[in-house]
Amino acid sequence: MKPIRNIMAGVVMGFAASMVALPVMAETPANMLVIANRIDDITTLDPAESFEFAGSDVSRNVYGKLVNFDPLDLAAGYGPDLAASWTVSEDGKTITFTMRDGVKFHSGNPVRAEDAAWSLQRAVMLNKTPSFILTQFGLTAENAMEMIKADGNTVSITTDKRYATSFVLNCLTSTIGGIVDKETVMANEADGDMGNVWLKTNTAGSGAYSLVGWKPNESVTLKSNPDFYLGAPAMERVVVRHVQESSTQRLMLERGDIDVARNLNPDDVAGIADADGIAIDSELRGRLMYISLNQKHPVLSNPKVIEAVKYLVDYEGMQNSFLKGQYVIHQNFLPATYLGAVDENPFTLNIEKAKALLAEAGVEGLEIEVGVREAQERIEIAQSLQNTFSQAGIKLNITVGTAKQILGRYRARELDMYMGAWGPDYPDPQTNAGTFAYNPDNSDEAGATGLLAYRNAWDTGGLTAKVSAAVEEGDRDVRAKMYADIQAEFRDIAPFAVLFQKIEQTGRNANVANLRVGGAITAVSYWPVTK
Amino acid sequence: MAIAQQNGQGRRRSPLSSPALILTFKTLGSIIITMLGLAFITFVIGRVMPIDPVLSIVGEQASKSTYDDAYAALGLDKPIIVQFYYYIRDVLHGDFGDSLLTARPVVDDLIRRFPATLELATLGTIMGVTLGVPLGVFAAVYKGSWFDQIARVVALVGYSMPIFWLGLMGLLVFYGILGWVGGPGRVDIFYADIVPSVTGMILLDSIIDGNWDVFWNAMSHIILPATILGYYSLAYISRMTRSFMLEQLSEEYITTARVKGLPERTVIWGHAFKNILVQLVTVIALSYANLLEGSVLTEIIFSWPGIGSYITTALLSADMNAVLGGTIVVGLVFVLLNIFSDLLYRVFDPRAK
Repeated sequence: MKPIRNIMAGVVMGFAASMVALPVMAETPANMLVIANRIDDITTLDPAESFEFAGSDVSRNVYGKLVNFDPLDLAAGYGPDLAASWTVSEDGKTITFTMRDGVKFHSGNPVRAEDAAWSLQRAVMLNKTPSFILTQFGLTAENAMEMIKADGNTVSITTDKRYATSFVLNCLTSTIGGIVDKETVMANEADGDMGNVWLKTNTAGSGAYSLVGWKPNESVTLKSNPDFYLGAPAMERVVVRHVQESSTQRLMLERGDIDVARNLNPDDVAGIADADGIAIDSELRGRLMYISLNQKHPVLSNPKVIEAVKYLVDYEGMQNSFLKGQYVIHQNFLPATYLGAVDENPFTLNIEKAKALLAEAGVEGLEIEVGVREAQERIEIAQSLQNTFSQAGIKLNITVGTAKQILGRYRARELDMYMGAWGPDYPDPQTNAGTFAYNPDNSDEAGATGLLAYRNAWDTGGLTAKVSAAVEEGDRDVRAKMYADIQAEFRDIAPFAVLFQKIEQTGRNANVANLRVGGAITAVSYWPVTK
Repeated sequence: MAIAQQNGQGRRRSPLSSPALILTFKTLGSIIITMLGLAFITFVIGRVMPIDPVLSIVGEQASKSTYDDAYAALGLDKPIIVQFYYYIRDVLHGDFGDSLLTARPVVDDLIRRFPATLELATLGTIMGVTLGVPLGVFAAVYKGSWFDQIARVVALVGYSMPIFWLGLMGLLVFYGILGWVGGPGRVDIFYADIVPSVTGMILLDSIIDGNWDVFWNAMSHIILPATILGYYSLAYISRMTRSFMLEQLSEEYITTARVKGLPERTVIWGHAFKNILVQLVTVIALSYANLLEGSVLTEIIFSWPGIGSYITTALLSADMNAVLGGTIVVGLVFVLLNIFSDLLYRVFDPRAK
């Protein structure tokens, strides 16, 4: 037994020695913000291509835009950023921006009208995922050079017809509106890609921060821009570490190794809610959970059945159990905090009422299939629906599949019912109105698979025209009222039941102040943060 | 006769007929065929999986024209066999393609991630072997004793505890409560990117650079995941060692050796243990190879940027270049470890020469 004892003793001593020598850092430096987040969705940092949450978080802090949101006053809506002011032509089709003087890119190059025009032309011509945000104004690869023009220190954007100014400007606040440094980007062009490959992993902006490095699935490191036109940010370095597990994020927050934990699940939030020195912030985000009924189905297209289904959802039960702290009841297609959003939620679980409606419709022994993607919360919602539907005599068969399987069938209008999520693409009401309540051609040949109304074969019962009108309304308040009316009608007649809106809970060290993750309309802002 | 003899000598001298060379060629040939087969099967499986690589690039909300552009850019409009031909042609030129998810060459990703796994797996295996082998030997020698019982329980726990749970509990106790070890990740952020990357293994790089602060910090981060992986392989290695030893100890030559009056230490280590080395090498090589594949759960819990989570994430998004690159590396590791253990056989077992 002697040899083994010697070996064991040696190893144990070795461990012990190394443990004692370990430096344990209990607090992050005062000028550094360390965040744990899931950043495995970043596939590119090019503002013309980036369309994921963690990518938008980087972009928002790196790139200035013509117009932008003030993180500390999101409710105010868009305001000047790299453009100091703007004017709209009489026909409402041309917006001319005057550039702010004296702003510089991180490279030291001045931010010119030419950079702004080129950035937007580039985004249209590259035709990446978010390009539709600009091309919906009639901009194409062919006409981009004429429709977007720089002249001296002004840049003008001309649309194919009259649109609400608020619509165009809201779109320019999204990631794709980021203004890149033309000289730097073109110096790194390869094979006529307008610098796309280089910009995927590098940045060339004028914002509060510049990129030090992005290590996929590991970290994103930003350093502050001392010449930022709003003043040098207090946090000189921001490190976002990829930490997949909620419980790991919690431990790191408790140990003081990070300042902010972005993906805490309800259990972990409850576990640290009362801890000393830790605070929890809740912000409403843009994502909605909804169910929809295929109008090709002979029974599901009956208005009585549609109404009955809206009374067969246990909204309160879900909100207060497995969705607690993560989702809040919301029954309208515009997320709270959007222009035109309303907070009326008239539906509650009412089995008797649903049964009566189904009886009126003459429905008995209905059996339908619901398609759900393989995500825990969605499957749980589907199971809750299965339970409440069965109480009214409807048999719900749950089909779980990958995005390709379920979305493929949904787009082909083959699912009886769909249970899923929808996130707005840009911070204007049109993003959701134009998909939930807009469907100009409901024929199979139209193939408008991008529209949710089309995927459910719903002709929108006249809402399409109202949505088109709202997009052109110049007056902001009148426009908001139009969306409120559209949503009231939508709640009554649409074969959609919007169920919940996402809440993001962020755990932070109590000394971190002014951190805003962006609400429903934008991404996180690091520059106002202090410790 | 003279001619024949000359020929005979000539054959012996010809480099082509040298047994070592033939063996080398045979080995190389089998590596190439194995790798090609592996790549082809992975390739085909990747194409028939119900996951859409285009969707993972452009997202659900992309327009049709964006989708079509990306589809063509990936070459998915061509037949599988043509796609495979292009792929192999590029690989032979050292180009494994770009990863869709990380937007950079797969080779760069692998160079960054494999050393992280190698470092962790090597440390884990060293722990597993240095503790597991003696544990198994003594459990066999003192069969049925209290020591054997404890060794059995230790191994059983290692086998049956989910690594996920062990990892989380380890973090909670040693990092969260006691603060003895570093948290998730390879080093604290303050130590990141300080030492130049030579091998990609931070422990080695910091030794090369002579930066002991970084070394100890990296050690504090690797010690817990390595111990957990080490425990896992210890459980396997100690059980196998025990049963190999028991088999040898019941042989007649052991009885003979004892009757001859040889010291017990010589009987155990000089006779019995020497004879299980060949089997043991296979067991250790396999367990090492398993760890080198990357332990996905351990990597997730400890935010360890290794190859296991890389391949898994890539697979779930149908990032086929990354999956293929990763599979080829893991395949090579298996083949090389196999060859290595073959070579060790020759050292330990004179008959294999």
